[in-house]
Amino acid sequence: MIEIKNLSKIFTIPGQEILALDNVSLTVKAGEIFGIIGLSGAGKSTLIRCINMLERPTKGSIIVDGREITALDKRELRSARQKIGMIFQQFNLLSSRTVSDNVMFPLEIAGFARSAALKRTRELLELVGLSDKAGVYPAQLSGGQKQRVGIARALANDPKLLLSDEATSALDPQTTRSILKLLKDINQQFNLTILLITHDMNVIKEVCDRVAVIDNSRIVEVGDVLKVFSNPGTPTSRSFVNTVVNREVPGELLHGFAARNDGAAVKLVRVSFIGPSAGEPLISSMVRKYEVEVNILYGNIDRIKDTPFGNLTVELIGPPGLLQESLDYLRGRGLEIEVLSDA
Amino acid sequence: MAVIPWVEPWVIEKVLFATWETIYMVLSSAFLSYVFGLPLGVILVTTAAGHVLENKGVNSVLGSIVNATRSIPFIIFLILLIPFTRMVVGTSIGTVASIVPLTLAAIPFVARLVETSLKEIEWGLIEAALSMGAGAWQIVAKVLLPEAAPSIILGVAITTINLVGYSAMAGIVGGGGLGTLAYYYGYQRYEDTVMWVTVIVLIILVQGFQMFGDKFADKIANKRR
Repeated sequence: MIEIKNLSKIFTIPGQEILALDNVSLTVKAGEIFGIIGLSGAGKSTLIRCINMLERPTKGSIIVDGREITALDKRELRSARQKIGMIFQQFNLLSSRTVSDNVMFPLEIAGFARSAALKRTRELLELVGLSDKAGVYPAQLSGGQKQRVGIARALANDPKLLLSDEATSALDPQTTRSILKLLKDINQQFNLTILLITHDMNVIKEVCDRVAVIDNSRIVEVGDVLKVFSNPGTPTSRSFVNTVVNREVPGELLHGFAARNDGAAVKLVRVSFIGPSAGEPLISSMVRKYEVEVNILYGNIDRIKDTPFGNLTVELIGPPGLLQESLDYLRGRGLEIEVLSDA
Repeated sequence: MAVIPWVEPWVIEKVLFATWETIYMVLSSAFLSYVFGLPLGVILVTTAAGHVLENKGVNSVLGSIVNATRSIPFIIFLILLIPFTRMVVGTSIGTVASIVPLTLAAIPFVARLVETSLKEIEWGLIEAALSMGAGAWQIVAKVLLPEAAPSIILGVAITTINLVGYSAMAGIVGGGGLGTLAYYYGYQRYEDTVMWVTVIVLIILVQGFQMFGDKFADKIANKRR
C-alpha cells in the first residue's frame, strides 16, 4: 500500500540545516495497521506528513496504492489526497461547522451532490456512534467525541489509507482505548490500511500488526509487534517495550545471583510466551521431564493486539548439560529464551 | 419643531440632514473598502511564505503598497486625491466625492485587519483541509473566512468607527456631513450648540456601530460555543 524509498527530509532554517529524515525506507502492506514509534523530534511526524505531501521530501520517493505521490502535479495530488484520510492529535475540526457539516466537508471538496453527501454523512456518524450529535458544534464535544468526528471525516471519501498523526495523544487512557478499538474495527470492516505514529507503546501494543522504531531520523527496527515485544533488537526499541511490559530484572536479583558450590549450574533466564504457548504448562512439563529446579522470580502476562503475551524470569538450577537441554526443549516449543546471567 | 426645547429647530434640521449624510458616506465607504480590502487581506495572508498561495513577489509588493498608503496622514491623503476624485466623480466637493478618499484610505487598513483575523486561525485547520485535497480557494472560502467571521465582523465595526472620524475630517474640506456642519456653524460662526449637538450625535453613532458589531460577532461566536 505504501512504499517509501530512500526518503530524506532536510529543513533549512537560516544558518542551519536540520536532517529530519535520514534515508528512510519502509513498506506498509495493504490492510495492516502499521505503527511508527519514536520520541518527540525523532522524525515520525515529518515521515507521516510526507506521505500525503503536507511535507515535501528532499530526496526519495513514496508510492501510495501504486501512484508515486512524490511525482504528482498539484491537481493530481489533490485527487490522490482525497483517497488518503488523515486524523490529528488536535482533531482540527472547523469550529464554524456543525458535526454533520464537518463530516461533509471533504465531500464538498470532492464535489459530491448535497443529497449524496448528506446520506454518506449520516452513515459515517452512525459508524462512529455520534448520530445524536449531528447538529452540535465541535466546541460542545469531549475530546473522544471530537476524534470520532475526525475519524468520520477522514473516512468520508472512502479512502484506502488512513494516516493517524498522534490521534490519541491528547486523550485520556480510557478514551484512547475506545478510539483505538474504533480504528481496529474500521481496519477490519473496510480492510482499511492504517499508518499511525505515536510515542506511546500502548498504542502499538493495542492495535498494530507491525511496528517501525524511529530514532534520530532513522528507522532502527521494523518488525511484527509480537516479535519486537518479545525480542527488541535495539536499545531504543527495548526502552519503548519496557514502558509497557516490565522486562527489567531488579538489580538485587542479579546481585544475589551466584555460582553454587555443589557443582550445579545456575542460569538466570527470561522466557517469553506468545500466543497459544502462553496457555500451556510448559515450565512444569520441563521440570518433570528434565528434573531441573526452577525458581520463579518474576513474571507477567499481557495482551498484544489480540494475542496473549507473557514473560517469566526464572532461575534454573541443575547439571549444565540438562540445563541446556531443557532450554532447547522450551525453544522447541516456540518460546523465546534469553539467558540473562550464567554461573 | 421644538422637539428639544433648548435647541432651535433649524439646528435640529441641519443636524439630522448632516447625520444622514455622514451615515451614507460612512456605510458606503465601509462597504466599498471591504469589497477591495477583504480580497486584499486574503491575498496578503495566502501569499505569505509557507501559505497556500505562497508568492513572495506579490506579497512584498502588496505589503509595501499597503504600508505606504497607511503611512500618509488622512488629511494629506484627502488633498492628494482631489484630482483623482474629480476624475472619478466629476467633483471633489460633497458626500459622494468624499466616498472616494474615504474608501481608498480604508482599503489598506481593512486589508491589515482582515490579515490579522485570518492569521489567528490555527494552521492545523488549513492542513486538515489540505489533507482532504482542498485547493487554495476552497480553503479561503470554506476554512479561513468562516472560521475568522466573528473577528472579521469586529474589524468591520472598527473600520466603520474610524470612517466616522475620517468623514468628519473630509467634512472640513467640503465633504458634507457632520464634519462640514461642525466646521461651518460651530467653528466659523461660533454656534456652540451646533458643535455640541454634533459631538453628541457622533458619540451616539460610534456607540451604535460598536454595539451592533459586538452583538453580531457575539451571535456568531455564541452559536459555535
